[in-house]
Amino acid sequence: MSAALVQVRDLKMHFPIYAGLFRRQVGSVKAVDGVSFDIMAGETLGLVGESGCGKSTCGRAVLRLYDITGGSITIDGREIGHVPQSALMGMRPTMQMVFQDPQASLNPRMTVAAIIGEPLDEHTDWSKAQKLDRIYELMDQVGLNRQFAHRYPHAFSGGQRQRIGIARALALKPKFIVCDEPIAALDVSIQAQVVNLLETLQDELGLTYLFISHDLSMVRHIADRVAVMYLGQVVELAPREALYHNPLHPYTQALLSAVPEPDPARAQTPQSRIILRGDVPSPADPPKGCNFCTRCPQVMARCKTEAPIFREVTPGRFVACHLYETVN
Amino acid sequence: MNRFLDSDVFYAFRTSPVAIVSLIVTVLMVLAAVFAPLIATTNPFDPASLNLMNGFTAPMEPNAFTGESFFLGTDDQGRDVFSTILYGLRISLFVGVAAVMLAMVIGIFLGLLSGYVGGWTETIIMRAADVQLTFPSILVAMLIFGVAKGVTPVEYRDQMAIWVLILAIGLSDWVQFARVVRGATLVEKSKDYVAAARLIGRSPLTIMIRHILPNVLSPVLVIATISLALAIIAEATLSFLGVGAPATQPSLGTLIRIGQGFLFSGEWWILLFPACTLLVLALAVNLLGDWLRDALNPRLR
Repeated sequence: MSAALVQVRDLKMHFPIYAGLFRRQVGSVKAVDGVSFDIMAGETLGLVGESGCGKSTCGRAVLRLYDITGGSITIDGREIGHVPQSALMGMRPTMQMVFQDPQASLNPRMTVAAIIGEPLDEHTDWSKAQKLDRIYELMDQVGLNRQFAHRYPHAFSGGQRQRIGIARALALKPKFIVCDEPIAALDVSIQAQVVNLLETLQDELGLTYLFISHDLSMVRHIADRVAVMYLGQVVELAPREALYHNPLHPYTQALLSAVPEPDPARAQTPQSRIILRGDVPSPADPPKGCNFCTRCPQVMARCKTEAPIFREVTPGRFVACHLYETVN
Repeated sequence: MNRFLDSDVFYAFRTSPVAIVSLIVTVLMVLAAVFAPLIATTNPFDPASLNLMNGFTAPMEPNAFTGESFFLGTDDQGRDVFSTILYGLRISLFVGVAAVMLAMVIGIFLGLLSGYVGGWTETIIMRAADVQLTFPSILVAMLIFGVAKGVTPVEYRDQMAIWVLILAIGLSDWVQFARVVRGATLVEKSKDYVAAARLIGRSPLTIMIRHILPNVLSPVLVIATISLALAIIAEATLSFLGVGAPATQPSLGTLIRIGQGFLFSGEWWILLFPACTLLVLALAVNLLGDWLRDALNPRLR
């Protein structure tokens, strides 16, 4: 594994809440609250967590679709956390995104060729013919028939639209792509096609992915390392097999025990299923101490007052939990 | 073209007699206005072609002095009412269309800007719109008209009247375009294709014009059609009140104002025919706009 292409340190993305006659800020939704991770060149980091835990916000914040509240983001050796949007222009070709909803991520009034070619319009001064050549090349790469180039997105199925979105992301030969639940809106047979396409492209083009998903088995298939998010924070980050075989954080354990097992012979007994009680606290008002302390089956007195530090407990394995602070 | 003939909108059009009739009437009116010099029997604004002796000729009846007969009669100056209506229609439609275009351009621009940029820009623009909305638009138009007339030199007033009228009606009508465009922009801007364009590095202006604008145009089309009817009526109102098109370039409203002076002395045709033309035109455009709104609204399908 080579050096880190993406370094995120203590990333914070808080959305202000305004209320009252004068629109005063009365609080903030801490969608992402202190997240740190590295992504090595050529690897896939899976980012999992339940709905609303901030994983999509995290992915968008890393690409600076938001103006972040705090922390630093370094991509390909350049710190982009706090530079103004206009100064990001030159970095844009390096980092791209594949979106969750292939319907909403394609402008319905533009043809496929216009959509895929738009990055080229912005960043190259090629002639029309050169652009069209590149567009055809990209369509071949993602498995779209060239004859579809002048149709509109509504004429395509969900899987085909996602291929258009992938082709657009690839147009400028990026190094880093955030895949924001790229398969969540697709049916299962198409999911496999799209994931395989992403893997093939990674091998051919040496891409680095941040793969955001709530589908634990799909993440296990595609990711090299996996980060688990809960209420705006990463609670555990570990290599894939280590995480799936031996989850350390109580939340990860609960999450993994909820994954359906297709083989009845290997299905766990009902007792081994960890059922969490209560609801996720509001990210506008997270609990004191550990964010998970309100629902943790192994909660201790200390957890309710003191937030655990996200630390490396064994080489390559990071956990934010008081249970493992003595392991070292 | 085939795509259009297959579309839901065309189907809705084909099956709506009201829409077909309104469109035919509107198109006929527009054609009559455009080709007025070819259709009109006389040029009512060429003093040389007028004969004062022809004044007050009733429709289809020969004049007592000259023996000439006019399809819709003549006014006090001996001008052929049919011809003045055609020329008046021309001015009414031109002012209406131009005013709506102006309102549309201003409204779309400010609506896109406030919806996309947000923050203080949005607050200022939308509060200004709210304030303007509290005044009846005809009052706003009269105010603008009065100010503009005050600053133009006397010798240009009649020439400039039409343009001032367009400005006045256009400026009094941008608010609804801005509101609708802002609302639609707020919806579109949260969609991922806008995020994708930002990731590509597109500038806010490019995103507004290339991505958001084409997706907010269909409600604008509806409002533009309904506004056209309102603008034509607003122009007629202003002209009727005597602050609009001058008597040397009479619009339908001016003709009605001139005609109403003769209503009680028995020369009803001078008023009735321009008024009916205005009524039919406004009704047809309005019905067309209503139909378009229903046809483009997916919730009513």
